Amino acid sequence: MTSLAGLAAIPLRTEGFWTDQGGKLGFAAVAIVAFLAVMGLVMFLADNAPKKGRDVIQLLLFILPAMLLLTAGMIWPALSTMWQSVTSKAGEFVGLDNFVTIFTDPTGQVVLRNTLLWVVFVPTISTVVGLAYALFIDRARGERVLKSLVFMPMAISFVGASIIWGFMYTYRSEGFPQIGLLNQILVWLGGSPYQFVETPPWNTFFLLVVMAWIQTGFAMVVLSAAIKGVPAEIVEAAELDGASAWERFLHVTLPWIRGSLVVVVTTITISTLKVFDIVRTMTGGQYNTSVVANEMYTRAFRLGQPEIGAALAVVLFILVLPIVVYNIRVLRQHKETH
Amino acid sequence: MSAAIAPEPVVDAPDGASSGGKAKRVKKRLTSRTATFFAIVIATLWTIPTFGLFVSSFRPDTDIANSGWWTIITNPSFTLDNYTAVFSESGASSASLGVYFINSIVITLPATVFPITLALMAAYAFAWIPFKGSSWIFVLVFALQIVPLQMALIPLLKIFNYPWLDIGGTFPAVWIAHTIFALPLEIFLLHNFISEIPRDVMEAAKVDGANHAQIFRRVVIPLSVPAIASVAIFQFLWVWNDLLVALVFSGGTIKTAPLTQRIAEFAGTRGNDWELLTAAAFVGTIVPLIVFFSLQRYFVRGLLAGSTKG
Amino acid sequence: MNRRLFIPVAGLAIGGLALAGCSSGGTSDDSSSGGGGGGAMAEGCEDYADYGTFDGDSVEIYGTQVDEEADRLVESWAQFEECTGITVEWIGNQEFETQMNVRVEAGDPPNLAIFPQPGLAARFIEGGSVVPAPESVEANVDEFWTESWKEYGTVDGTFYAAPLMASVKGWIWYSPTQFAEKGYEVPETWDDMMALTAQMAEDGADNAQYRPWCIGFESGEATGWPGTDWIEDIVLRQNGAEVYDAWVAGDVKFSDPEIQTAFDTFGEIALNADYVNGGIGGPETIASTAFGDAGLPILDGNCSLHHQASFYEGFWPEGTTVAEDGDIWAFITPKVNADDPDAVTGGGEFITAFDSEPATVAFQTFLSSDTWANIRVGLGGVISANQGLDPANASSALGTAAIELLQSEDTLFKFDGADLMPAEVGSASFWTGITDWVQGTKSTEEVTSFIDGTWPSS
Repeated sequence: MTSLAGLAAIPLRTEGFWTDQGGKLGFAAVAIVAFLAVMGLVMFLADNAPKKGRDVIQLLLFILPAMLLLTAGMIWPALSTMWQSVTSKAGEFVGLDNFVTIFTDPTGQVVLRNTLLWVVFVPTISTVVGLAYALFIDRARGERVLKSLVFMPMAISFVGASIIWGFMYTYRSEGFPQIGLLNQILVWLGGSPYQFVETPPWNTFFLLVVMAWIQTGFAMVVLSAAIKGVPAEIVEAAELDGASAWERFLHVTLPWIRGSLVVVVTTITISTLKVFDIVRTMTGGQYNTSVVANEMYTRAFRLGQPEIGAALAVVLFILVLPIVVYNIRVLRQHKETH
Repeated sequence: MSAAIAPEPVVDAPDGASSGGKAKRVKKRLTSRTATFFAIVIATLWTIPTFGLFVSSFRPDTDIANSGWWTIITNPSFTLDNYTAVFSESGASSASLGVYFINSIVITLPATVFPITLALMAAYAFAWIPFKGSSWIFVLVFALQIVPLQMALIPLLKIFNYPWLDIGGTFPAVWIAHTIFALPLEIFLLHNFISEIPRDVMEAAKVDGANHAQIFRRVVIPLSVPAIASVAIFQFLWVWNDLLVALVFSGGTIKTAPLTQRIAEFAGTRGNDWELLTAAAFVGTIVPLIVFFSLQRYFVRGLLAGSTKG
Repeated sequence: MNRRLFIPVAGLAIGGLALAGCSSGGTSDDSSSGGGGGGAMAEGCEDYADYGTFDGDSVEIYGTQVDEEADRLVESWAQFEECTGITVEWIGNQEFETQMNVRVEAGDPPNLAIFPQPGLAARFIEGGSVVPAPESVEANVDEFWTESWKEYGTVDGTFYAAPLMASVKGWIWYSPTQFAEKGYEVPETWDDMMALTAQMAEDGADNAQYRPWCIGFESGEATGWPGTDWIEDIVLRQNGAEVYDAWVAGDVKFSDPEIQTAFDTFGEIALNADYVNGGIGGPETIASTAFGDAGLPILDGNCSLHHQASFYEGFWPEGTTVAEDGDIWAFITPKVNADDPDAVTGGGEFITAFDSEPATVAFQTFLSSDTWANIRVGLGGVISANQGLDPANASSALGTAAIELLQSEDTLFKFDGADLMPAEVGSASFWTGITDWVQGTKSTEEVTSFIDGTWPSS
């Protein structure tokens, strides 16, 4: 794969042909075809591996490409980040000093508190709303269109979404014409305009709503598919037993889609912890809204403190650890019963 | 995602879903009017912000700055100027959005195909080729999801800049980077699905004398199409909307930079080009929406595949 | 931060000033027709003879400029490329800080980089990746720049970063038409300005949306910088150069009375609901108003005064006449006493090299010359403090005025303080601090001691 990329990269270095747009598309097509050809070759080799040790050869061919890439691109950086988090800028071992800096920094505690708020509320809102919506529109007329409406935010980049919500939250003082919809509604209802983004502590909530708005589409799509997997017989049986809609949901649907719920919550939680674009675009971390991921980016790239950035990355890692452990347990139980 | 992909563990319900189960399913709503009402409320709440952007992108610049988009009801004025402006070329460094659009496509397609292929193979190996330490390596791969991207950028770029590779600032660099960053989640999700393929199906193939490569091609890939489609959608969306990875690995020139970089520039530099920003942002969402619409049915198919096994 | 400088100046006439028209060269070729036609190539290359000729060498240069500004930069060295045979590869983008960090750390820096502020350049210099400026560059800087400009590019006694372009801060934009109509006069001193403000507030009382001042701090993650410009202007005018320098160096603390007084002086305007924020609301709207949009209500008659650097000329919508008797013009923030010396603050961009390849050196030398300064300024949108620059080359009357101010011996020029302070303060806590302060969540005392607390101890 690397040799392929290396070869293909050469023409890009020179002016002319590849700068042509059609050429670029052709380049992408060639790359895909070449990649698939290489994979075909791998399959061929696996097919024709000598009988002796065939299993090992096949295993390696299947697993090595991914593992090599992961080692170079993730495991190695993860290890070096961990090492960096316990060293000074000059590279000397300093123990937990960088962590002490984070936790004693005046803004550090606010950042951690905000991160916890994000990680609690974003998965909760997204999953609850996504699930409710999926249930409500299940088998409804125009289901596909209804789904697309809620899925749409997924198609918008974080920066784009932040801009959209920036417009929603825009504030003008009382007596001035409002250009943000939410404040206009407040004024229509006879209230006073409110600075959604600038007023702590609730502003963190208004920012995380943006992430929840995006992720709901994901939760809805996945859970909707899971709900459709619930066998009709069971639902009907429950119905005959006189179970109410709520009881049917609680005792039939919910247990059935439990596995999907775990995946949805896990995936949203992890992306929530990693997202920094929203905070960066909407407030730049001001007004007490920063989160660990944003702080990490700022420290490592803007303030020239890569060691603090690394320590923050490790904090993120520790925050996600419980989720990983939980998933591993589920996975193991599952393996045993399977 | 797993629902589309992974049939639920609770399958040990008495007789699972017989093939007739689907047919018997009648059009029935969970609840009645309350459900409809709340569905409409949610749909409206989720659509209005985007709708506001859409309306704004057709408004003249002075209007955008001075009045809310809902005022078009009383004071309609529309223009296509914003769209013509973003698609016109005013100089070497301020090219038409079209160039960035192409770049985004060139980045996104291979960056979707590559990781899914590799992840599918690895997921199969983890699920069906028993080897020592299999579950521990799999757990490690899963845990890699939490490595923050930002921390992986510099070490990876160092590798790309080795003289024997030297691909920093080219499309292949972006593809490989995206491939690597996508692998942990994709392997995890696809593994969920593949490991649920009934053992007897696999055993039957083995009895026929098929080796792993053959099983992978003849059994696993056909059965996994819905799962592949779902994962593909999300990978496509992720890559299409990514700014950071592309910026670092593509070098940020007009030859390789994606649409998101251009949109960020409208937001960043000028502070007052809201009208261009709205139009550009909207152009950026069109392709992901098309992809979603065209692959949406696979989400439903995914569950059908799941219900065939007991 | 980078957004402050070199924002595209819309609709400025470029045409007249052709590339070969480098008046400074003293050559007698006809400047109005020289550059346009490629025919006179040999002639046009006279100014470039010193740089030598190269065969297929290329130089990669990285900066924050995009769009129009980037196009003008590329144009400014087109002739150089043609005459020397060097290919200049330009990369400009807004994520400059991140990108430079990543590329330097990954061992793949560009040949040259244009830093939007000396503090950032200093950080990379201290990191050890930047090479000292070659002799030819240093000679140019000695010849064409004042000692203090050279100092901004000097770290630990070694000269690294040559200044390129500059901007003058502390202009107060107003509408001459409106002033004439209402009988206002450009204030001579700070007190005059406050009296004028009070007068305006009284006159404008019948328009509920009118306030004398328009202020906007919002600038993404750099939100707050317009406020730091205000404080810098006030500190310099109230206390003079010595205190200003000591403050920038960290010897005068933010919590010292001089700086606290400056905050309070600014507060008389910024925290007064009768004086701000025209067309948008009260003081609480300052932090969320985009700096680029902030001054525009002057055109609607919703405010009269707006404090912003010279580049703001490019933010007025097409069709706005920027002239002393036009729709919009600007005066420099007034002094405290009429007999104080003229004092201005300003910013600038600096170029550093990451290697000493002959082509890199040649291009770097060219960029530090008066030839380049004249070409670039002639293309419009920016000014420079290069002493070899002919003010008449500026593309607008305001640009000419700014260059004259920069070149005048009587002007006390001080570099933007926040740009020189450590990044933890100058591009972090000073910004967030003044944002919180104008938002009303921190008092002057609280905010100044907060900023002091973030000053790095080493």
